Amino acid sequence: MIHELSWKAVIFFSIFVGFTLGLSFWLGRKAKSSEGFFAAHGQIPWFVNGIAFAGDYLSAASFLGICGMIAFYGYDGFLYSIGYLAGWIVALFVIAEPMKRLGRFTFADALDSKFNSRGIKLAAGISTLAVSIFYLIPQMVGAGVLVQPLLALPHWAGVVLVGTIVIMIVVTAGMVSTTWVQFLKGTLLVFFSAILTWMILQKGFKVEKGGNDGYEFRTLTVTVDDLKNNDGTLGGLNNVEVLPIPDGWEKTKQSYVHLLDREMQHTTLFHVVKPATEGDLLTLTEAQTVTKLPNGGRLINGLPKGTGPDQAVLHPIGYLKSLPEGKSETGPVSPLEFFSILQQSEVVLWKNEKILHADKSETTVYFQKITPGSQILRPGENPIFKGIRSDKFSDKINFLSLMLALFCGTASLPHILIRYYTVKDESSARRSTIVGIASIGFFYVLTLYLGLGAMTSGALDLSDDNMAAPLLAKSMNTWLFAAISAIAFTTVLGTVSGLILASAGAVAHDLMGSAFGFQMSDDEKVRVAKISSVVVGAIAIVLGILFKDMNVSFLVGWAFSVAASANLPSLVMILFWSRVTRQGIITAIVVGMVSSLGWILLSAEAFEKVYGLDLLKTPAIVPFSQPGIVTIPLGFLTLIAVSLMTPRREES
Amino acid sequence: MQSRNSRIGLILFTIYLIVYGGFVFLNAFAPHQMEATPIAGLNIAVLYGFGLIIGAILLSGLYGFLCREKSAPQNKEPRA
Repeated sequence: MIHELSWKAVIFFSIFVGFTLGLSFWLGRKAKSSEGFFAAHGQIPWFVNGIAFAGDYLSAASFLGICGMIAFYGYDGFLYSIGYLAGWIVALFVIAEPMKRLGRFTFADALDSKFNSRGIKLAAGISTLAVSIFYLIPQMVGAGVLVQPLLALPHWAGVVLVGTIVIMIVVTAGMVSTTWVQFLKGTLLVFFSAILTWMILQKGFKVEKGGNDGYEFRTLTVTVDDLKNNDGTLGGLNNVEVLPIPDGWEKTKQSYVHLLDREMQHTTLFHVVKPATEGDLLTLTEAQTVTKLPNGGRLINGLPKGTGPDQAVLHPIGYLKSLPEGKSETGPVSPLEFFSILQQSEVVLWKNEKILHADKSETTVYFQKITPGSQILRPGENPIFKGIRSDKFSDKINFLSLMLALFCGTASLPHILIRYYTVKDESSARRSTIVGIASIGFFYVLTLYLGLGAMTSGALDLSDDNMAAPLLAKSMNTWLFAAISAIAFTTVLGTVSGLILASAGAVAHDLMGSAFGFQMSDDEKVRVAKISSVVVGAIAIVLGILFKDMNVSFLVGWAFSVAASANLPSLVMILFWSRVTRQGIITAIVVGMVSSLGWILLSAEAFEKVYGLDLLKTPAIVPFSQPGIVTIPLGFLTLIAVSLMTPRREES
Repeated sequence: MQSRNSRIGLILFTIYLIVYGGFVFLNAFAPHQMEATPIAGLNIAVLYGFGLIIGAILLSGLYGFLCREKSAPQNKEPRA
């Protein structure tokens, strides 16, 4: 699919960025002290802070990633929604009020409140930086991915654009401007997602034979003899010829037929759906291909990519094969009918297979798979979650480990925790978390409608699942597309500014100010924080460009695992166990961070996606990829053991 | 007030943890159960998933309500 520059999206985006930057410069006058820069003077109203929690937390991974995953595989992406929200329960019931009571600018303050230890500040500062950088990379890569179709700019330009805007937002007014950007983003994201969901329900479902470009995919019913005879007709088509199997297609997992239209001199690929019993008729469904040539060029369905004559683009997909009771369309549906109707329908999903050729070109074949709605609405269809249907115990443990990391990770993310210092007291911290949970929860309920709505919108781009939500909006209305696209882009702005601010706080306040003992005046501290913001922003830009070709969405999951393993044991135990010692906290952070990072780097996921190794030749060292179920308890045990072995503070 | 708030918090946290744990273990060890459609043609996966999200919102609202109830008399105490 070729995306054209959307001027409407540019207009929306420019208005938002212009407004935000103007606001930042205006607010910049108020945030000259470190109290203002790091904590907005603790004067943010609790309701605004609550919505800003949503703006901070709902990253590109939430909005684009979850919607895309649901649109292509069904229910599974919603497991992330559930886990991400459940984590807020830990934040509200366990962490929120003590965090506000004990800390000042960073979560290291809260950990260190009883000890005044340089070691704790050092360990917590490094852990903040590690988690924030892990989290930053996918956001920046996401910015580059988004900018290509929306603003017709190259990947690096998107990364530089977002990086520069965010650095300006953070440097001008620190937490004050960051909060208002996040408040605006949170409001717009939830509001427009609700509108989009309402439109999905009003539109209802309709049976189609192809996507919204009007192209109808062909289905042929043939016998094995028809294919062997190759007499110029096949399944009702005339003047066609079944071609011999071309190079590279000999050992495919699926079976395909290459059919030449003699008149047009164009070959179409059909996927062979195997019959349920021997002797039945074969069904051939039209497939689509993208071939990456060694020179970097692209062929779509065998033709050069483009919209001119003798060129081709991928046809959009996402449609229903059948509705219950043989209906062809439903009209508007209620929020509950939406699921009960889909449950009894059949959806055409598309799977893919990669084929390598002798000339080093690579073809990705996309083929149809008619899937019952009951399968779409059950967990375990996506490769990440297929382990729950596996008989291997380690696959099930991997799933439990991921869900544990999501549950424990939220309340350990430094960029979320610093938001507790922007309100005036514990009661405001509690209220803002409740507002955060309500708005984030409402948004996550909508993700299932948005994802499944995109799945049946006829607008999906096979080659880019991140674009599911914006393309769904485009199928409704071009202004809505512009608004949703601009919001997706600002989603990155809001989260990245929070991450950069958390990193700057770790560098200026925890590391330089406390751990390394630099004596700084208040002005100097703010200056150091601003310089740190520029440096972290620049590093994020470089990493965003370097990691361009890597699928980095799994890095968000890693950040959750590292945050939960390194930070949660100390955060919880300092609140509930008076015997905790300085050494216990430092060791727990270091052990949690190193063990979770080490586990991740030795996992099958890293071997495959980061190092590009073949798992059959080089099996992973750890038995499953998600570390949380081992490393979170390990952090707690380390803290308890070391605390018991070291003297209490009074005695030392 | 702090200890009372944190006690209420821990009770609600434990309730949620059990319900969330139930969801995760059901998925891991009895995934076919998620396909049953007990109410209005909706399957357990959708019902339980929505239940967890809406439940989190309701429990957090309840927590806010209970905490406020407790702190109000204490604020008045000095005047009495």
